[in-house]
Amino acid sequence: MHETMIAQSIVEAISKEAAKYDAKPIAARSSCGQLNPINDEVLNFAFEIVAKDSVCRGMTLEIVHIPLKGKCKNCGETFDFDIYSPGCPACKSNEFSIEPDAELLLEEIEFEDK
Amino acid sequence: MKISLKKKILDKNEECSLQNSAFFADNNTFCVNVISSPGSGKTTILSRTIGDLKDRLKIGVIEGDIRTDTDAKKIRSTGAAAVQIETKGACHLSAEQVTGALGAIGAADLDIVFVENVGNLVCPSAFDLGEQARTVVLSLPEGDDKPIKYPGTFAGADVLLINKMDLADVVDFDLDRVINHISTLKPDIQIFQVSAKTGEGMDAWYDWLMKRADANQPKED
Repeated sequence: MHETMIAQSIVEAISKEAAKYDAKPIAARSSCGQLNPINDEVLNFAFEIVAKDSVCRGMTLEIVHIPLKGKCKNCGETFDFDIYSPGCPACKSNEFSIEPDAELLLEEIEFEDK
Repeated sequence: MKISLKKKILDKNEECSLQNSAFFADNNTFCVNVISSPGSGKTTILSRTIGDLKDRLKIGVIEGDIRTDTDAKKIRSTGAAAVQIETKGACHLSAEQVTGALGAIGAADLDIVFVENVGNLVCPSAFDLGEQARTVVLSLPEGDDKPIKYPGTFAGADVLLINKMDLADVVDFDLDRVINHISTLKPDIQIFQVSAKTGEGMDAWYDWLMKRADANQPKED
């Protein structure tokens, strides 16, 4: 449900850039990690509603999920952490640490050609 | 035309959270963000903590709930200052809401400010409030699978309070499983097994709190 606040922040940020470039935004890409997960459907739904009264109306939003990295303490392998089979895929050790999760970012905005 | 931004989405919350953390540092106030699912015993833990540490620390509580000021009233009945934030539907507290409550609670004169977040194991973990420590409460009846099912919340915690230990004989709760999962998600987490009802295990939690609140005081020359 925190997606609504995230949608508001995205719309505000895009609107600011749109004013700066004096252009109509048509698509944007955001990214998030695994520990601060976003439900794509909920975010897109919230985005659509929040965008309605702004320059972002009708634009599309893509959400990229960046894998969480694990680092094996036994063999040193860095791997994508899989919650369904946590453990090092190389040596099967369960002794590993988790690297910092990817931040919630607005990566890119695409504007209509003038 | 495409532009690359790489802009933090929750930068507004981050701005307020930095403001809060500067406020806490300036006033030597130790702030703890308390997160859990509804019904884990957050308010009971805080009430007991306030009662037991009353003579040693000045404590205040910022309460976050979707509706009612039930929890703030409970806290006030211990004699401590409490401010209720009613989110009216929002599933978490934001740093901005905490900023607004700091004056009302007289946070500058307190040793510890607890922020009791909205009961929810998902959303609050995404919103830094400017706290110096984050405590997650997990109570036995919720089950031992919570850390692995809600990894974001548990990986972000400095302290895990396993509450309702007085029910250990009547609920199936595999403590080793929790500790095993947690040590993967957050190897340096502090774990305290407590019962806020009976007082069991609370002293270790108080020791940790007092040590941290003490470390927050300005050093004497």
